[in-house]
Amino acid sequence: MTRWLHIIFLCFFFFQTYGRTLYVGAGKEFVSIKTAIQKSKNGDSIVVWGGLYKEENLVIDKSITLIGKKEATLDGQKKYEVLSIKANYVVVSGFKVQRSGYATLTDPCGIKVYDSHHVIITNNILEDNFFGIYLQYSKHCIVKDNKLRAYGTEEQQIGNGIHCWKSDSLQIIGNDVSGHRDGIYFEFVTNSVIWRNCSIGNIRYGLHFMFSNNDAYISNIFKNNGAGVAVMFTQKVKMFHNTFEENWGDAAYGLMLKEISDSYILGNTFKKNTTGIYMEGTNRINVEKNSFISNGWGMKIQASCMDNTITKNNFLANTFDVSTNGSLVLNTFDANYWDKYEGYDLNKDNIGDVPYHPLSIFSIIVEKTPPAMLLFRSFMVALLDKSEKIIPSLTPDNFIDNKPAMCALFL
Amino acid sequence: MIEITDVNKSFGKLKVLNRVSLSFKEGECVALIGPNGCGKTTLIKSILGMVIPTNGEIKVKGQLVSEDYQYRKQIGYMPQIGRYPDNMTIGQIIFMIKELRKSSQRLDEDLLQQFCLTEMFDKPMRTLSGGTTQKVSATLAFLFNPDILILDEPTAGLDPLASEILKEKIQTEKQKGKLILITSHLLSELDDLITHLVFMQDGNVKFHKPVSALKEETGEDKISKAIAKLLRNNMYEPRY
Amino acid sequence: MNRVTKFIILDILKNKIILIYTLLLSILSWGVFSVEDNSTKGILTLLNVILLTVPLVSVIFSTIYLYNSSEFIELLLSQPIPREKIWRSLFFGLTFSLLFAFFVGAGIPLLVYTPNDVGLMMLLVGLFISTVFVSIAFFSSISTRDKAKGIGIAIMLWLFFALLFDGLVLFLLFQLADYPIEKIMIGITSLNPIDLARILILLHIDVSAMMGYTGAIFKEFFGTALGIILSFVILFLWIIVPYSISLIKFKQKDL
Repeated sequence: MTRWLHIIFLCFFFFQTYGRTLYVGAGKEFVSIKTAIQKSKNGDSIVVWGGLYKEENLVIDKSITLIGKKEATLDGQKKYEVLSIKANYVVVSGFKVQRSGYATLTDPCGIKVYDSHHVIITNNILEDNFFGIYLQYSKHCIVKDNKLRAYGTEEQQIGNGIHCWKSDSLQIIGNDVSGHRDGIYFEFVTNSVIWRNCSIGNIRYGLHFMFSNNDAYISNIFKNNGAGVAVMFTQKVKMFHNTFEENWGDAAYGLMLKEISDSYILGNTFKKNTTGIYMEGTNRINVEKNSFISNGWGMKIQASCMDNTITKNNFLANTFDVSTNGSLVLNTFDANYWDKYEGYDLNKDNIGDVPYHPLSIFSIIVEKTPPAMLLFRSFMVALLDKSEKIIPSLTPDNFIDNKPAMCALFL
Repeated sequence: MIEITDVNKSFGKLKVLNRVSLSFKEGECVALIGPNGCGKTTLIKSILGMVIPTNGEIKVKGQLVSEDYQYRKQIGYMPQIGRYPDNMTIGQIIFMIKELRKSSQRLDEDLLQQFCLTEMFDKPMRTLSGGTTQKVSATLAFLFNPDILILDEPTAGLDPLASEILKEKIQTEKQKGKLILITSHLLSELDDLITHLVFMQDGNVKFHKPVSALKEETGEDKISKAIAKLLRNNMYEPRY
Repeated sequence: MNRVTKFIILDILKNKIILIYTLLLSILSWGVFSVEDNSTKGILTLLNVILLTVPLVSVIFSTIYLYNSSEFIELLLSQPIPREKIWRSLFFGLTFSLLFAFFVGAGIPLLVYTPNDVGLMMLLVGLFISTVFVSIAFFSSISTRDKAKGIGIAIMLWLFFALLFDGLVLFLLFQLADYPIEKIMIGITSLNPIDLARILILLHIDVSAMMGYTGAIFKEFFGTALGIILSFVILFLWIIVPYSISLIKFKQKDL
């Protein structure tokens, strides 16, 4: 009896999961993807063979799996949104999606997900689209291993790479984005993870992140973006092991934090940025075990920041390690390694016996009178800095690391 | 050979040469005499191009001094006080000057031998006595067989023997038909050498006469006495 | 190389000061590079050497040498050698010796430890700065017959360019902080050869910081090919102008 029940149950399961497979391509069952979608039912798979498909706007309104083989290319001819997903449980994989239309009102995309859940978009190449992959009002979606490339030159002329809006529980994993306005864009997205992506050479931000609580982004590389990474108006963000590199420019920051609270910045590397981290209105943040290497400014902490803890970080070969615009210091520096530290360690416990003032007088002068940068590294300025180190007068005296590490921390 | 016309020179307010016009020909041996600070050395240096006159022109062999430096090939100059780079030796100095001139002419090294300088070739200039330095200067002046010799106090500081050697040398050169310009205080030493006499005072040339004419005027047969007589006659009152 | 220059170079090398200078530079350079594990600190130390020591040694050594060679000049003048050639030979001789010292002392370690744009720029700038201050020495030594006064002028000029000038600029910056003075400041700063040298190197060391607000303006000016060419043209003028003035004076000088 139980055996029969088992068999019936298995049969039921079989019919549930295995739909038909429809083939599209030259000499195949279907020539057009559109008709294949029309003919398909929920649970079917459509395999599209190599070739160039100019089918205007493809809408997926059934829970189907759409697989591209041998460089199946979907072309929007610079007029249409290429692929619109308006159903749940859709998988799109293996396509080359190119040349979406350009319109500022409707934001045509390479692939756009409308109000759906459990959509998986993997292994696609998106090239020369206005927006790359766009998710709105979506949940439990996975965007994985896609390569997005656009050729924008101006902010207004190009959309974002992976654009997520009012969504929840997304996984953005292993994508490469370049040449878009923002590499990855998050607004009102919660409980999501951004993991192992490379966002390189985008016009504005590598990652643009707003009003998105309880997210984590881990092990991403943000390099050479117009303005670095911006994380704003958000709580409880975890930023682990990311690399922020070569974000150069007056308003470019490795990581710009604005109105952030209760978050962790752990184990990241900030290298060769004009400013490693810029903090404004930031509260209760832990900045721990990060490396700041060869930045113009390691950290710029505005006076509006409170109760942040900066501990166990390495500051190496930065022009200025830290600067601030006020005299009030409500943040804690502790046990960091500063390569400019010249103190000694008599009891050999690897903690410097003299507290370190990371704020150089010249960084304050430059903050107030930016053109003074012209005199940097002149003998005059060296004298000023030395005398200030001995008798602090202009720098806030509680801006201090009481337990500076003697050698670089192994992170 | 040397034509000086209307040369003026002042150092600041001090007028050192005042409308000096002189002319010297080959075969002459001219003594430039006058009290200290009368402008003798300045005149010589003007001829050499070391002092640049405020105005007026100086021609050597028809060449304007201010225009071309090549005329200096024709001049051998022996300064009053020879100043040489301290850390060079006699040999190096002579070698260097030879190198710089690269003259194809046969060198006149008589004085080098007669002053026995070859034996001191390795001595640095700073260790030399004033007399030996003068010997080096003299040697350099005669070395390239120049047509004009300008000797500023040549015998000062030399011992009698060296002085005699030098005078003999001047004599032989004079007989070769060269123009020789000498300044000296010790007129007695020059008696048998000089043919013409220039007397300067306060930057002015008081007279320029052949020695024979001078002797005739004063009736003396020694130059020094002739001059003394002239001075005693208050004709040319020096302002000491 | 003409014969006069050859004799001058031989004479300077006999002087031993140049050899000591070379030795000191090389001890210092090899020292800082082998002690520090990252070459940035070594570069910064060398930067200070280039901005302070090199100009000081160049200007003082050259000034003293010029005064000490007045006999030599006199000797040469009685020879059929034009004045211009004597002066030029002295300039070449001094420049060559000091460049040689800098190249052997600091240039080789630089090329060994930092064979990149930073090292090359420092080498080039160091060579230029040496020459500029030789030229300034010519200017100060022809300005007066008095040796002590001449050396005084040389030291004052060095002090002015190395220290006082920056103080003045800083003062101006504070006074005029409310006005858009960046570009004017760039103009003023590039009048000082030491500042110019510093900024040229700065643009290579502190690349990241120079991308910032004012940095960008500097970068726009000094970082472009045109800016770099212009900077070197200005440095070149700093060589030509003082030397030319001194040459004109020397031609009219009574010895």
